[in-house]
Amino acid sequence: MVKVKIDGFEIEVEPGSTILQAARKIGGDIVPPAMCYYSSLKGSGGKCRTCLVKVAKSSEKDPRPMPKLVASCSTPVQDGMEVENITNPGVLEARKAVVEFLLINHPLDCPVCDQAGECKLQDLAFEHGSSLTRYEEERRTFDKIDIGPYIQLHMNRCILCYRCVYTADQLTDGRVHGVLNRGDAAEIGTYIENSIENDMSGNMIDVCPVGALTDKTFRFKSRVWFLNPMDAHRDCDCCSGKATVWMFGNEIYRVTARKDEYGEVAEFICNTCRFEKKDTADWVIEGPRHIERTSVISQNHYEKTAGDVPGTMQDN
Amino acid sequence: MQSLTNRSKLVVNKKMTFWERIYLPAIFGGMRITLRHFFKKNKTVNYPEVKRPFSPVYRGMHVLKRDENGAERCTACGLCAVACPAEAISMVAAERKPDQAHLYREEKYAATYEINMLRCIFCGLCEEACPKEAIFLTDRIVPASLEREEFIYGKEKLVEPVDQRIDISLRQIKSYPQ
Repeated sequence: MVKVKIDGFEIEVEPGSTILQAARKIGGDIVPPAMCYYSSLKGSGGKCRTCLVKVAKSSEKDPRPMPKLVASCSTPVQDGMEVENITNPGVLEARKAVVEFLLINHPLDCPVCDQAGECKLQDLAFEHGSSLTRYEEERRTFDKIDIGPYIQLHMNRCILCYRCVYTADQLTDGRVHGVLNRGDAAEIGTYIENSIENDMSGNMIDVCPVGALTDKTFRFKSRVWFLNPMDAHRDCDCCSGKATVWMFGNEIYRVTARKDEYGEVAEFICNTCRFEKKDTADWVIEGPRHIERTSVISQNHYEKTAGDVPGTMQDN
Repeated sequence: MQSLTNRSKLVVNKKMTFWERIYLPAIFGGMRITLRHFFKKNKTVNYPEVKRPFSPVYRGMHVLKRDENGAERCTACGLCAVACPAEAISMVAAERKPDQAHLYREEKYAATYEINMLRCIFCGLCEEACPKEAIFLTDRIVPASLEREEFIYGKEKLVEPVDQRIDISLRQIKSYPQ
């Protein structure tokens, strides 16, 4: 076990784990945000640069600080390492600049986008970015392409985090989409009008941190903050069947996998559960899902029934 | 006991004098005041014919604006509905067809948009929340009605007609420094 200190909090982690993993073990405000790193996808991380931190002391043997800010998702810890995240104003300034870079080509069509309200880039920009843009040139745009009956691709919104590529590689056999071209022209595509139809391909929607990949069966149906997320399960042959159903009254508007506090899916679900089972009779509803009070989704979302709150109902 | 305000008066059942008992002087005194008001200028106006000038920030009936090409600005983002403290606004979104570009400004539009004017408290938070400058409160008054259903205003009553634009330019003057 190696000892690391992040923003003054000390923790012991396994050798080989990264600074971000150590920070997540501590939890709270000191966890660097991550747009491309996804703990369950091998090889992810190191692309978006939002998790930059300052290493004030490299290790016990070599106490010099690292010369530049490092990406915490891909830098392994060393014994005696001291890391500064929110205590270092330079880190926050760099993160603000990274957010500005990510937003340069982002269309900011949040009023139209289905991801609004659960978008990581929205959260990040709200917390770290500034509300004004300095960019005056025309934003990068792409022609619309159809990638299948279930998934809607909006390349304009993509931040090229590669999460969906790793998902298709590691969850499905035979990936049919990828990142084409280079640099400014890099785009997610299927090259020759191919449709993504693998049974686990719907998970690309959940791993996408922005609204580049959205659910076609839920397109423009409602906004996430009008829906009520409920934990539900069903017997499924190809996945765990544990999901979150988003309800409006007694109707199921969409089905997603259950996400943890970092927006990561613990158990991926199959396309049958996600796109085809939208009848309340298909699911056993367990109860309301926990939503942070800071999220807009917690609007009109009650996690306790009237009987659970003292004084609202007569105790039996 | 010490009084809190020193304004309390002790009630006494005083016996009235002769002049007070015949009441007539008091009645004529009151009539004099009434008569004086006959010759004064009226404070009221005959409403539908005569209208008082409203303040430019008066918050009356809503309007859903169109852009300079006549396309509806509202994109059914739901921010007005989530900002509404009275939960008066509801909407259903739909996707624009390729031949409807002149009708709706964005890819998504409000297929139905309803404001329940009985619930609305005219606070103007919807106007403040709108990212597309689509909804504004105007100086028009919501007319009275005998039926509750008539207070649910749909798009046919809220969207401004293309040929009769509703001027909201006075509302958009921002006094705070940039």
